[in-house]
Amino acid sequence: MAVGSGGLQDKPWTDPKAEPFVRVQGVSKHFGDVAAVNGVDLNIYRGEFFALLGASGCGKTTLLRMLAGFETPSAGKIFIDGVDMADIPPYRRPVNMMFQSYALFPHMTVGQNVAFGLQQEGVAKAEIADRVAEMLDLVQIKALATRKPDQLSGGQRQRVALARALVKRPKLVLLDEPLGALDRKLREQTQFELVNIQEKLGATFVIVTHDQEEAMTMATRVCVMNAGMVEQVGAPAEVYEYPNSRFVADFIGTANLFEGVVTEAGAGETRIVSPELGGDIVVGTGGTAAVGATVSVMVRPEKIQVVPGGNADPAYNSAEGIVRDIAYLGDVSVYHVELASGKRVQFTRANLLHTADTPISWDDTVRFQWHPANGILLVI
Amino acid sequence: MRSPAKSFAAVVRSLNQPGAAGRLTALAIPYAWLGLFFLLPLLIVLKISVSESVMGIPPYEPILTFAENATLQIHLTFSNFVLLLRDDMYVVAYVNSVKIAAISTLISVLLGYTMAYGIARSPLRWRYLLLMLIIIPFWTSFLIRIYAMIGFLKDNGLVNNLLMALGIIDQPLAIMYTPAAVYIGIVYSYLPFMVLPIYAALERMDPSLLEAASDLGAKPWKAFLRVTLPLSMPGVVAGSLLVFIPAVGEFVIPELLGGLGSPMIGKVLWAEFFSNRDWPVSSAVAVAMLALLVVPVMMFDRFASRYFRGR
Repeated sequence: MAVGSGGLQDKPWTDPKAEPFVRVQGVSKHFGDVAAVNGVDLNIYRGEFFALLGASGCGKTTLLRMLAGFETPSAGKIFIDGVDMADIPPYRRPVNMMFQSYALFPHMTVGQNVAFGLQQEGVAKAEIADRVAEMLDLVQIKALATRKPDQLSGGQRQRVALARALVKRPKLVLLDEPLGALDRKLREQTQFELVNIQEKLGATFVIVTHDQEEAMTMATRVCVMNAGMVEQVGAPAEVYEYPNSRFVADFIGTANLFEGVVTEAGAGETRIVSPELGGDIVVGTGGTAAVGATVSVMVRPEKIQVVPGGNADPAYNSAEGIVRDIAYLGDVSVYHVELASGKRVQFTRANLLHTADTPISWDDTVRFQWHPANGILLVI
Repeated sequence: MRSPAKSFAAVVRSLNQPGAAGRLTALAIPYAWLGLFFLLPLLIVLKISVSESVMGIPPYEPILTFAENATLQIHLTFSNFVLLLRDDMYVVAYVNSVKIAAISTLISVLLGYTMAYGIARSPLRWRYLLLMLIIIPFWTSFLIRIYAMIGFLKDNGLVNNLLMALGIIDQPLAIMYTPAAVYIGIVYSYLPFMVLPIYAALERMDPSLLEAASDLGAKPWKAFLRVTLPLSMPGVVAGSLLVFIPAVGEFVIPELLGGLGSPMIGKVLWAEFFSNRDWPVSSAVAVAMLALLVVPVMMFDRFASRYFRGR
C-alpha cells in the first residue's frame, strides 16, 4: 500500500541519534477560547513524506500554517533545520507551500506564476527561464506556460501550484490538501507522481489531508490528529495494524470493536470476556491491561474468516451470527453479521472467482473466526 | 466589457434560443430607456450644435426647410465648432478642465486607494461602519455640501481659524476663489466614487494570494506592488473614470468655490446657454466635450476587455 516508504529505507525516526529536520515542541494555537492546536510534539526527518491526517477542524491545517509562518504559535517552539522559527516571517523561511485553493496569481501566466518566487530571490533572468522550463517539464505542463490560470483545468492548476512551490528548491514543502479538488482517477494517478517527484528532489514533504487512503498511499509516516492533539504517529502499516486508540482504529480503515473485561493477563496473551461477542476473546498482541479492566478488542474486517461447516479452530476466537447486509464492491464483498448481542460485525472476503459463487446469502447463519495475533487490545 | 459588435452578436445568438420572447422584453426595456432618454436628447443637442443662432423661440434656425420649387434644404453650419477652435477662451477652458480633472483624479486615486485599502484590511465589524461613513455624505444635497465647503475654506473659515488658533499661520491662507479650492471641492465630492470601486476590488481579492506571495519570498511591499496593486487596477480605473468624467464637466464647484482665473468648460457652457442664450454654441461646447470624454472611456473599455479576458 505504501509506495512512499520505499524512498526512505533507513527509517530515521527509529534512530534516536538522528537529528530531526523539523521539530515541533509543545506547540499550541488558540483562536479566542478555542485551542485549534493543543500541545503538539512532532519530529519530522529529512527526506520524509509526512502526512498530517485528521477530520476537518482537527488542527492539521493550523499546524501546517504555523510551519509556513502564517500563524504564530500561542505556545511552544518550531525549529526547521535547527533554526528557531519564532521571529522568522514567511518570506524568509526555507519553506514553500502549495495552497489548498492553489492561490495562483490570476493576472500572471503560468510561467510568470512559477517564476515569481525566483524573482524575489534575485535570480538572473536566464537562470529563471531555465529553471521555470525545467519545473514545468517535471510536472508535465510545459505547453501551458503562456496561459493564464483561468484558462486551465483543475488538474492543470494543481500542477502549476506544485511547480511554483518546488521551483525554489525548498528544503521543506508544505502541501495543504493538494489533491482535494481532483476527481478520483486523477487523484490516484497524481499520488504516485507526487511521491516520485518528492523522491527525485529529495525534499521533505509535509502534506495535510483528510483522506486516509491518500495519506497511507503516499506517506512515510502518518500523524493522526484529533481535536488539536496528536493521537498517533507511525508508518502507514503501523498505524493501520497497531492503532493505539479507539479513535485511530476507527478513523483509519474499518474496525470491529468488542468491549470486554480482562480476566487473565498473561505474558504473551490476554483473555477478555466480552458479552458483546458472546464469549471469550484471546489477544496475542497489544497493550498490557490489568485483570478487571474494561478494554476494547479491535479486529480488521479482512482478518476475519468465515468457517465453512461451522467448526472453528479452537486456537482462534470465534462467534456466530446472522448475515444482515452484503455489499458487493467488485474485488471484495463486505458482510455485515448480527451477533446474538445485537452487535454488528463486518468482515470482507475477496471475490477470487468471477463466477460469483457465493455460498453466503442474506439471513444465513455463519460462524467466523480470527487468530489471536490479529486482534489488538485497546485500553479505554 | 466587450466590443459592441461582439455583444450585438451575443444578443442575436441569444435571441435564436428558446425563451427568446421573454428575453426580448427584458432587453427591450433598457434599450427603450437608453433610446428615449439618452440617444434622443443627444441627437437633439447634436442638431442644435449645427444650427444657426437666431433671436427668437427657439433661439436657433431649423436645419430642414422647404424652399420654393418644392426643394428640401438642409442647412448645416459648423461655424459653432470653428468658433470653439478660433476663440482662445474655449480652448483654454477645455485644457483647464481636463487639467483640473486629471489632477483631481490623481489626488483622488492616492487618497481613495489609501482609504479603500484601510477599510478592506480593517476587522469585519469595523468595515461596514467605515463604508457607511463614506456613503453618508450622499444623503445630503450636493449643492448644500459645496456651500458648506465655503464655510471651511473662506478667510475666516474653519480651516484658517484653526490654523491661526494653533499658531501655524498668522495670516489667513487665501484658499477660496483659487484653483486650490476647486481641487479640494472636486476631490471632496468625488472621493467616494473612487473609494468604493477600489474597495470592491480589494475586498474581492483572495487573501491566500498574499500569503502565497509571502511564502514565495516577497516582502510585504513587494507583494503589494506585484499582487495587490495589479489586481486592484480594475477598481482604480473604474474609480478614475467615475471621478474624471464628471469632473471635466463640473459646473457647480468652480462656480461656487473657484475664481475667475481658471475657467472650466462647464461654466462656459452655462454662460453660453443662460447668459448669451446662444443655444447652438453651447450645444457645440457640449458635443465637443463629449468627443473629448469618449477617448478615456474607449481606453477604459480596451483596458477592461483585455484585463477581464476569459473571466
